[in-house]
Amino acid sequence: MRRSTTRPTGTHRALAVGASLAAAAILAAGCSDSSGEAGGEVRTITSEQVAQADTSGTTIRLITHDSFNVTEGLLDQFTSETGITVEQVASGDAGEVVSKAILTAGEPEGDVLFGIDNTFLQRGLDAGLFEAYASPALADVPDEYELDAQHRVTPIDYGDVCVNYWKDGVAGGTPPASMDDLTKPEYAASFVTQDPETSSPGFAFLLATIAAYGEDGWEEYWQKLADGGVTVSSGWEDAYNGQFKAGGEGDKTLVTSYASSPVAEVLFSDPKVDTPPTGVVLDSCFRQIEFAGILAGTEHPEAAAKLIDFLLSDTFQADIPLNMFVSPVNSEVEVPAEYTQFTATPTRTLSLEPSEIEAKRADWTERWSQIVTR
Amino acid sequence: MSLVAGPAAFLAVLVVWPLVAVLVRSFEGVGPGRVAEVLGRGSVRSVVAFTVGQALLSTMLTLALGLPVARVVARYRFPGVRVLRALVVVPFVLPTVVVAAAFATLFERYAPGWRDTLVPVLAAHVFFNLAVVVRVVGGYWAGADRRLDEAAQVLGAGPWQVFRSVTVPRLGPVLAGSAVLVFLFTFTSFGIIRILGGPGRATLETEIFRYAVNRTEFDVAAVLAALQLVVVLGLATVSAAFQRRISRAQRGRVRPSARTVAEGGWPARLWLAGALAIVGVVIVVPIVVLGQSSLRVGDGYGFDNYRRLFTTGDLLPVSAARALATSLQYALVAAVVASVVGVVAAMAVTGGSALARPLEVLTLVPLGVSAVTLGFGYLVAFAVFDLRRSVWLVPVSHAVIGLPFVLAAVVPALRSIDPRLREAAATLGAGGWTVRRLVDWPLVRGAAVTGAGFSAAVSLGEFGATSFLSRGGDSFTAPLAVARLVSQPGAALRGQALALSMVIGLVVAVVAALIEWRRGDRVSLL
Repeated sequence: MRRSTTRPTGTHRALAVGASLAAAAILAAGCSDSSGEAGGEVRTITSEQVAQADTSGTTIRLITHDSFNVTEGLLDQFTSETGITVEQVASGDAGEVVSKAILTAGEPEGDVLFGIDNTFLQRGLDAGLFEAYASPALADVPDEYELDAQHRVTPIDYGDVCVNYWKDGVAGGTPPASMDDLTKPEYAASFVTQDPETSSPGFAFLLATIAAYGEDGWEEYWQKLADGGVTVSSGWEDAYNGQFKAGGEGDKTLVTSYASSPVAEVLFSDPKVDTPPTGVVLDSCFRQIEFAGILAGTEHPEAAAKLIDFLLSDTFQADIPLNMFVSPVNSEVEVPAEYTQFTATPTRTLSLEPSEIEAKRADWTERWSQIVTR
Repeated sequence: MSLVAGPAAFLAVLVVWPLVAVLVRSFEGVGPGRVAEVLGRGSVRSVVAFTVGQALLSTMLTLALGLPVARVVARYRFPGVRVLRALVVVPFVLPTVVVAAAFATLFERYAPGWRDTLVPVLAAHVFFNLAVVVRVVGGYWAGADRRLDEAAQVLGAGPWQVFRSVTVPRLGPVLAGSAVLVFLFTFTSFGIIRILGGPGRATLETEIFRYAVNRTEFDVAAVLAALQLVVVLGLATVSAAFQRRISRAQRGRVRPSARTVAEGGWPARLWLAGALAIVGVVIVVPIVVLGQSSLRVGDGYGFDNYRRLFTTGDLLPVSAARALATSLQYALVAAVVASVVGVVAAMAVTGGSALARPLEVLTLVPLGVSAVTLGFGYLVAFAVFDLRRSVWLVPVSHAVIGLPFVLAAVVPALRSIDPRLREAAATLGAGGWTVRRLVDWPLVRGAAVTGAGFSAAVSLGEFGATSFLSRGGDSFTAPLAVARLVSQPGAALRGQALALSMVIGLVVAVVAALIEWRRGDRVSLL
């Protein structure tokens, strides 16, 4: 199903924001008229254009989700290389970032958006949020991460949402060997996951079950989890810090979190520990890939493109793991040992097409609610 | 007329314009058929019923528990009365995400059977809103003449009869005013419902968020937001009319009088014991649980979490201490803006202008309209001139939310002024402004300070609108820091979030106590 999220631009608003923006907005809005193919007419920024442009003295805005974090001064390096100043704007969680961008399509709040992931990607593309740019730096990025052939978005990092367990206490010290095991009563009753309607990891785990058991099998799987007494929380914070043992108060020994959560458990431990108290169910992982894109309507397309290049550069890519707890897509980059040592490597990575996720999201979550929350 | 213009312009820019802008954009191309279809859904009807039901229950509970405390605070002097008054304000500023977690813990520990019911939600709502009843009603009550009650007693009325036929009618306007504030606060409850409500329990506010953010079905979100707005406008209109009717009959207050508990004898002791029990269970226990967790270091206790507030690096764009400094600056700006605009608005509302009534209704809208709707509205409307980047946006949006509190305190105070006082002053040759300065101002000053204090408190604890408008770095506030800290695994981060919450609460307690102390023993309108 295509959502009619782009809308014609009224002339009154166009007048108010100036002719140049209006032109861009109409360009973006044009997408909604395109035939079946998502995206429609997209402005393309070429690497020659970028190479020739004098961008020094420009200021651009990078819209991110709240989890965006870099080592202090890292963006100054970009400024000294290109003369471009970057203002970072944190704009809520991943879902908020995308919905805000859609609501302000054509009059974007910034020039580059970072943090749209594969579960929201199609929605952003359908809304015509981005201009196309194929960064030369993509040469070092494996093809599996490039989900948009038109390069309207550029992959930056990836991570996995997986079921975590508390080593000391999970079913008498025996962690579940597989996703199948989770439905057994001794595990299901100790498992807390999140409502896919309100939580990004919760939705990712639902997608993991759909990818693993198929359209015909996932409902049965959840029925077993529900019968076994699985607990559903509305968000990650309550599930992990409140109900999971890690928070000190909860009694659940299984929780939906990230493959990299054990890293944070060591890094931010108190008292300090050298091995994580948690582990990961290795076949339960749904792959999330995060992208950046140049927002349609930007007045600084070349400077925005240079920022995309920078996000793929060794400098930025190497900074990602210990600040955002996800892995860089650039395969040439050396990742800190502290990160790799305790980040789980899934035995399989479950994934679904972004277009399928977007088309079936509402249906899946509603069917899920029927089973789990009665 | 001229008095109406200032506050009206303020609200037009900061409330009406963004709301209209976002609703217009979301309704583009949506026909009446679609609106009817959304409103006709069974799920929408049950969400409305739940939203109103839980808000009504929360309001009644808050009033029932708040009134005895308000009475004690207003009527008796005893050692620690100021501490008590300062203490009730603390919950108001504690970050929702941490408080919700504390209540979840409390119920899990002591009443696991109630964890999945509505009780934790109601308890948290009372915790947050008790201050509104105690401070707003208590302040007014302290100024009400006790001799009327005594006269009724002498004439043979029992305590209940005195309460019903003398006290309630006199407190009517302020009672209704604070009830409306509590209702609106809980009507738009978001964080508490999300964390404590559990799956299946949704308010209009959480549904607006779900449709706008999770589903990008802006048209459905807009229908729900419009519905929410209609309820708020209706309630505000009724409340304004109600307040006018009673307050006209209630003029001429005399010197306030409070007495010591010893003078009050055993009834006073009973009242005091009851009030302390309420505050102890409703407010102190949850704060103690929070405090205890914030001091937990490894297997023992210590101040490590507090020390870490001054370090940078752990996930936050600035240190927690710096975020707290930003929050304090914003609170100051919000308090000044809200009290100045609020006092002018209160004068306009109590004046004779034909626009007074619409203005009174309008000032309540920011409290009852969803932060999500308003936040999206700012993004759409303020694209012009790039206002959405302004550093003033966050504190000014806080002032908008604080405004109803200033009015709730100041309007009843202004209405209670005997018109004969003004007439006398005018007869003696005082001009309009001189009357305001010499007659009105001394009587509303205390109420204005209460309102300013609440605005500052609202600002310190505000999360919803801030998360929409903050741009990180320079506008990164303490509640945002708390939310950020609990979004990653790690005991150290969690400890830091708890410590920061306690510090926010402590700052407010100290400021509130200082105001109490400066006021000395004089029992005035707060």
